[in-house]
Amino acid sequence: MTIETPTLAPAERAIALLGHDLTEKSLRLHLDGLSGVDAVGLEQRAASLATRSIKNASKAWALDRIIELIDLTTLEGADTPGKVRSLVAKAMTPDPSDPSTPRVAAVCVYGDKVGDAVAALGAAHGDPDNGLISVAAVATAFPSGRASLRVKQADTADAVESGADEIDMVIDRGAFLSGRYGQVFDEIVAVKEACRRADGTYAHLKVILETGELNTYDNVRRASWLSILAGGDFIKTSTGKVAPAATLPVTLLMLEIVRDWHRLTGEKIGVKPAGGIRQSKDAIRYLVTVAETVGEEWLQPHLFRFGASSLLNDVLLQRQKLRTGHYSGPDYVTMD
Amino acid sequence: MTNFLDYAPAPESTSILHLKKSYGLFIDGDWVEGRGKPFATINPATEKKITTVASASSDDVDLAVAAARRSYEKTWSTMSGADRGKYLFRIARLVQERARELAVAETLDNGKPIKESRDVDVPLVAAWFFYYAGWADKLDHAGLGAAPQSLGVAAQIIPWNFPLLMLAWKIAPALAAGNTVVLKPAETTPLSALLFAEILQQADLPAGVVNIVTGAGETGAALVRHPDVNKVAFTGSTGVGREIAKAIAGTDKKVTLELGGKAANIVFDDAPIDQAVEGIVNGIFFNQGHVCCAGSRLLVQESIHDEVVDRLKQRLSTLRLGDPLDKNTDIGAINSKEQLERIRALSDIGEAEGADRWTAPCVIPENGFWFAPTIFDNVSTSSTIAREEVFGPVLSVLTFRTPAEAIAKANNTPYGLSAGIWSDKGSKILAVADQLRAGVIWANTFNRFDPASPFGGYKESGYGREGGRHGLAAYLKGATK
Repeated sequence: MTIETPTLAPAERAIALLGHDLTEKSLRLHLDGLSGVDAVGLEQRAASLATRSIKNASKAWALDRIIELIDLTTLEGADTPGKVRSLVAKAMTPDPSDPSTPRVAAVCVYGDKVGDAVAALGAAHGDPDNGLISVAAVATAFPSGRASLRVKQADTADAVESGADEIDMVIDRGAFLSGRYGQVFDEIVAVKEACRRADGTYAHLKVILETGELNTYDNVRRASWLSILAGGDFIKTSTGKVAPAATLPVTLLMLEIVRDWHRLTGEKIGVKPAGGIRQSKDAIRYLVTVAETVGEEWLQPHLFRFGASSLLNDVLLQRQKLRTGHYSGPDYVTMD
Repeated sequence: MTNFLDYAPAPESTSILHLKKSYGLFIDGDWVEGRGKPFATINPATEKKITTVASASSDDVDLAVAAARRSYEKTWSTMSGADRGKYLFRIARLVQERARELAVAETLDNGKPIKESRDVDVPLVAAWFFYYAGWADKLDHAGLGAAPQSLGVAAQIIPWNFPLLMLAWKIAPALAAGNTVVLKPAETTPLSALLFAEILQQADLPAGVVNIVTGAGETGAALVRHPDVNKVAFTGSTGVGREIAKAIAGTDKKVTLELGGKAANIVFDDAPIDQAVEGIVNGIFFNQGHVCCAGSRLLVQESIHDEVVDRLKQRLSTLRLGDPLDKNTDIGAINSKEQLERIRALSDIGEAEGADRWTAPCVIPENGFWFAPTIFDNVSTSSTIAREEVFGPVLSVLTFRTPAEAIAKANNTPYGLSAGIWSDKGSKILAVADQLRAGVIWANTFNRFDPASPFGGYKESGYGREGGRHGLAAYLKGATK
C-alpha cells in the first residue's frame, strides 16, 4: 500500500528545517512532534505576568511605546474614504494637545481602502522604524477566508499594488481543523508570493490564526509553527471578528514559539495580538509578557504590534493623567 | 528610560502597619509580660529591628497551658459546634479584611516577596479558617464515628517559612474539633502571629482558647514536655521532630509531625516543556526554597536534559531578586543569617563533590541575607546536596532513562513528603504516581495547596496529615484514621 503524500510548495524555511522532500507527511510528523501545551500552567504563567506593577518612568515609557506599536484599525462594512482619512489623521496626530505624542505604527484597513489611506498619509507614509506610518491591509477573503486560492491571491496582489506595506492574511481554519495542514501551508506560501512587488521586494506578511476558532493551545502551537515555516513575517492572533480574540495566554504561547524559533534559527518573527485589547493596563501586561518572554528587543514595530482601535484613546487619557496629574474624560481625546 | 525590564520601584507601603514597640505573650485573652529575656525580631532584607518580642519562660508556658485547660473545660469543649464555627468564620473574615496588613507584616518579618504573601499565604490562611469553620458543626459526619471527642489542650509549634499559614493549618482544625491551643511561633518570625492575636481579640474569641507564647527552642521544649498537654503538633526540621518524638514517648499525648523533604520533580520527555520549566522554577524557587515540600531534586529524562537545563537557566535569568516589599520581586531574602550559612555550606559541599554549579546573574543587595538562585547539574544520587534538605533556592539536577529508573531514584531518599510528575500522558502520570512514596504528588503543577487536600509525609518526613477531613482526625479522640 502506498500512502499519498503530496509534495508541498518549496518554502525556504521549511526546506531548511525539514529537508527537500517536503511533503504533507513530513510536515505533519514535524507538527505532531512539537511539545504539548498544558493549559492550566500556561494560563497560570500569564496570570502571574499580569501581576507586574509598572509605575512612574516605566509606565510613561510603556504608554509611549504602546502607541508606537499600534496598528490603528478600521474594518467595517461602512468604511468610507472620509472615515479612512479621519483614521489617518488620528494616526499622525494622536493627541493634538500634546505634540510630543508619538505616532502609531500603521493603519489597518480593508484592501479597497488602501489607496485612500496612502493618499491621506502623503509624506508620512513609510516604515514605522523610521517614525513613519505603514499601511496594512487585511486580505484573503478576510475575516472568514472562505474563498478560492485564486481569489485570495488576487485580493492580496490588489492591495499590494495599491500601496499596502503589510498584508494581514487569514489561514483556512476549516482546512486546518480537518487536518489538511498541507493546504494551509501551500496557501500561505502562495499568498506570500502574491505579496511580491514589481521591484522584487515583498510586503510584510502577517498570518492570522484566528485562535478563537482553533480552540486549543496545541492547535495554536501547530498553526503558529506552520505559519512560520511557510514564510509568515508575523503571527497574529485574531481577526477581531470572532470571540475570544487576543488573550494574554494565547499571546504568551505565540511569543514562546517565536522565542523557540529564534533559538533554533536566529531569525526573529513578529507577534500581533489583535482584538479585545482596549485598556492601557491590559496593553502594559502584553509589553511585560513580551519583555519577559522573548526580551525587550521585541518591543519594536517590526516585531510586535497591537491590532486595536479604542486602545489608543485610553492610552492617551493615561498619558494626559501622567502629565497633568488628573484624569480627564473621553471629550478630551479626539474621536478616530 | 533605556531599559523597560528595570521596572521602576513599586514598593508596597508599610504605613498600613501599626506595630507596637514591644509585644508581650498572649495568654488568657490578654497581653502579659514574659519572664524570659525579650528579643528583637529583624527584617532579614535589611537586618533592621522591627520590634521587641517577649520570651516565655517555663512558668509562662505553665500559665498558658493552664489558661488553655480552663477555657477548654469551661467554655470551648461545651460550646456547640455551630457556635465554634461562628468564631472561626469571624476569624476568616477578619483575616480577609486585614489581608494587606498581614501580608506586609509577613514580608517584613520573613523576607518573602510581597506578591507571595499577598497572593498565596494570606488568601490560603483565610481559606483554611473558612474550610474548618464549615466542619465545626459536622464532625459527626466526618466519617470518624459518631460524636468524636476533642482531645483537650494542643501544643503547636510552627516554623518560620510560612509563619501565618502554618498557624492557620494548626489552629483552624484544632478549634473546629473543640480543642484549645497554646501556639509557639518560630523565633525569627513571631510578628504575624502577634497580629493574629489582635484579630482573636477583635473576633471576641473566649479568653484562653488560643494562647500565643513567643520564644526560642527552650520555650518550645517546655511546651512539648508540659504534662497537661494532650496533643503535640509540630512542623519543622526532622532533627527537632525526632527530639519531640523522644520527649513524648511513653506519654499518652497524640502527635502530628510534619518534617523535612527532598522532593523529586520528575520531567518526562513528553512533558509540556514550557510549563514544566515554570513548574520547576515554582517548585524550588518559590519562597526562596524555604518550603519543606520544595521540588529540590529535578529528575529529568536524559534525552531532554540539555534543553531543559538550558531553558531553565534562561528563565532564571529573568527572576528579580531584591526588596521583598517591591511588588515585582520574585526572590526575596533568606530568613536568617543562620539559614544563609547553612545554604552556603551545603552549596560549597555540592561544588566540592563535583557537581556543576550555576548561579543566576543578579545583583545582591548590600545588607540583609541573600542567596541567588542556583542550579547544580550532573549531581549523582550519592551527593550530599541530593540527599540533605538545603531549604534554600538550590536545585539539584539528576537524570534518568526510563520510568522505572525515575521511580527508583525518586523514592531513594529517607524523606517522602511530596513529588511532581510532568508528562502530557495521563496514563503514565497515574502509573508513576501510584509507585511514588510521597504524601503529596502533583501532576503538571507544583506547590499547590488547598484546605480540602490532606498534606503530610512518608518516612522521615513525619506522620499524621494536615488539611481536609484527615486533618480533623488528628484532633479527635476515638478516631482511628
